[in-house]
This record gives sequence, structure tokens and C-alpha cells, in this order.
Amino acid sequence: MGVVTPGFQGRARSGDSRLPPGQYLAQDFPVLSAGPTPRVRTETWEFTVTTETGEKHSWSWAELMALPSEKPTVDIHCVTQWSKLDTRWRGVPVDTLVGGLDTEADYVMVHSYGGYTTNLPLADLLDGQAWIAYEYGGKPLTPEHGGPARLLVPHLYFWKSAKWVRGLELKTRDEPGFWENAGYHDYGDPWREQRYQGD
Amino acid sequence: MARTAVSGRLAWRVARLAGFRDETPTARTLVFDLPGWPGHLAGQHVDVRLTAADGYRAQRSYSLAAPADGDRVELTVQRVADGEVSEHLTGPYAIGDPVEVRGPVGGWFVWRPTDPAPVLLIAGGSGIVPLMAMIRARRAAGVRTPFKLIYSLRTPAEQYYADELRKPVAGLDVTYVYTRELPEGRPGIPRRIDVATLNTAGWPAEFGASCFVCGPTGFVETAADILLALGHDPHRIRTERFGPSRD
Repeated sequence: MGVVTPGFQGRARSGDSRLPPGQYLAQDFPVLSAGPTPRVRTETWEFTVTTETGEKHSWSWAELMALPSEKPTVDIHCVTQWSKLDTRWRGVPVDTLVGGLDTEADYVMVHSYGGYTTNLPLADLLDGQAWIAYEYGGKPLTPEHGGPARLLVPHLYFWKSAKWVRGLELKTRDEPGFWENAGYHDYGDPWREQRYQGD
Repeated sequence: MARTAVSGRLAWRVARLAGFRDETPTARTLVFDLPGWPGHLAGQHVDVRLTAADGYRAQRSYSLAAPADGDRVELTVQRVADGEVSEHLTGPYAIGDPVEVRGPVGGWFVWRPTDPAPVLLIAGGSGIVPLMAMIRARRAAGVRTPFKLIYSLRTPAEQYYADELRKPVAGLDVTYVYTRELPEGRPGIPRRIDVATLNTAGWPAEFGASCFVCGPTGFVETAADILLALGHDPHRIRTERFGPSRD
């Protein structure tokens, strides 16, 4: 046990086994981002997957909408210590977009409109663990929460779920993205409290 | 972008309260003794962890309010309703009491005194805290970088750092915007930050100013959108948002 702060009691113990260490429950949906919110029109929106050999596959908004979607209900955990349980999304599984590709890549750099990037292992985007999400709570995803579409990877800290996503770059080598260069963890497992580089 | 000093193991350190100043009836600046502190940049934050006698822990992120000063660090904590951490830190937390702190965290929302570009700081409420660290870092470094601060408040009574900001500082322009209640004798009516405010009290876009915006999400969204509309380079607009849940 750490150093006890005299007189500190804290709120009632929830004992919620769905809450990772160091997190507290948020009822609303706070926002974490580094700059202005990009306004991306679906008319010009495009999503591109690039392999390590330079092979490219792109989808327009209409093409994404035409793909089979799923409606995951998941818990999300932000590195700024809030968690939100049972959030409802709709999106296209990443498996659908990269599943058929010929690649030896182990890592992905996720690119967003506005220039942000985040890195994670390819395996964490497959097997039903990640989506290109375009609805939240039954409504189109708003720009401040990453609309028109964001990556959703709920088993990692939420900055990995890149807002305003525009593409996945498959890579054979792991390189830090925007937040990771600013000191955040390359993997970001909330259950191991991998908040910052070195955790 | 260069890697920042925050990479590497961020250890929890024991910090003890060395002093405090009440900024408003609900906000308190805490001055900690934090032996072994590696230093930080203006704009960075720390995680603070409190442990109860039964082992229960709670941790929150708080912006550093002043530049690095040896083993001394300062935070300003706003008490929020039902905030288990902020209620303790702004209430019973007493001189000499320990908490655990780790950091510094955040290598993006930072200002370096070596950067010669003019600076525009836009604060909404308690979002003034990391921006005040930048103002203080400017003074501590003895540089003349031109600074402008636009500070939006609901009422005059909610202002932080009032005495310090009242003193004129060469090269620092301060503009206040009051959204609910004006100071006595000030003409006009309460209003929110708008295009006219940022156009008049900010820098022309062509000056290439570094813009730092900090406050509640809605405020930051509005201010950043106005800066874009006025022609500021999106890559020079850095934001930090305090969600309502950010105790």
C-alpha cells in the first residue's frame, strides 16, 4: 500500500470489477484532444489502408456505409482516469477492412484528419476487437467525439481509439505516434495501468 | 516532434504540503515539497494519488501552476461537487500531510521560453492554471516574448491569481471576459468569448502566434473554432480540455 494521506476517505467503494486500477466512473463523456476539432465532410471523407509494401485500399463514406456493421456495447477507459461503462457504438469491424490483405506487418500507425497519429500492434485491431465507428448512442458520431468516424479499440486506453480516423498504415516496426511522442505509452493497457512511457 | 523529457519511468514520489493560498472560496493553490522532482515545462500536469487508511486509492490529473523551482511544485485545485479528491485537497488536507505525485506528464501543451513566437493564452475558468504557469515561466526566464491572455470567467469572484495578474507586466496584455456578472463599474453586459474578442484582444493570424487554449470542453471548442476562422494555423493551436468529470 502507498503512503496514507491522513483523513482521506474517498467516496463509497464501488468494488466494480469492471473498473481498471486508478479509474473512476464518469456519467458524461469528457473529451481529450490536442488541438482544434477538424470538421470532416462525409462527401470528401476517405479511409485508406496501406500495407508495408505500399499496397493501398480506399473506401469512400458511401462504401463504408455499405459494409456490414456491428453494434458493440463496450466499456471505455481514458488515460485521464475516467471510465464509462456500457457505451453503445455502431461501426465496421477492422477485420473487414484489413482481413484479406497480404501483409507481414505487426504494427499499425493510425492516421487522423488533423494530422494526429497513434501506434498499436495489428493484432489488437483484429479478431473482433476494433471497429471504424460512426455512431455513438444510436446517433451519428459528433465531431468533438471524433466524427464522422473514429477508431474504436476499447480494450486499450481511449487515446488509441483515434478520432477523425482517415487511415491505417501497416508497418513491420513499431514507431511512436503523436500522443506516444508526448510521453504516453506505446501499448496502453488500462488493466496494467500503462499510462505513460516506461509504465 | 522531439521526444520530451517525460519518457522513462515516471515514479510515484511522496509530496508533502508546504503551504497554500486560497485563490477563491472554492479553489486553493497547494505548494508541495517534492524531493527528487526532475523539473517540468510550463503547461505540463501531474497525477496525484491519495490513499485512505483502508488502502482505497483515488488519483486525478492536475496542471502545474508554476514553473519548476527545485523541489517545490504548485498546483491549483478547484473544488468540484462530490469530488472525492478535490474536496479533500481544498479542505482537510493540512501542512505536512503526504500525497503521492508522479510526473511531469504531457509534452505537447507546453511553452518553452526559448520559443520566440508571440503567445496567445485563452483561459476558461480554472483553465487558467497551466497558462499561469506559462506567464510565470516567461517572467522566471527573463524573456520578452510578447504574451496576451484572454481570461473568461463567470464572475469576478471566481478569478484566480487576482493580485498577481493585476500588477502590470511589460509585454503581457490581459483581457477579461465575464459571462455572468461584471465587476462593479465596468460598462457593458456579460457575454461569452466571441469573434470580436479574439480579433481585438488576440494576435493577427499572420503573426504566427502560438495559441494555448484551456478550459471546459465547450469553451475550448468555441475558442479553437474562432481561432481557425480568424486564420490561425491549426498546428499552432494547442488545447487542453477539462471535461466536467475531471475532478
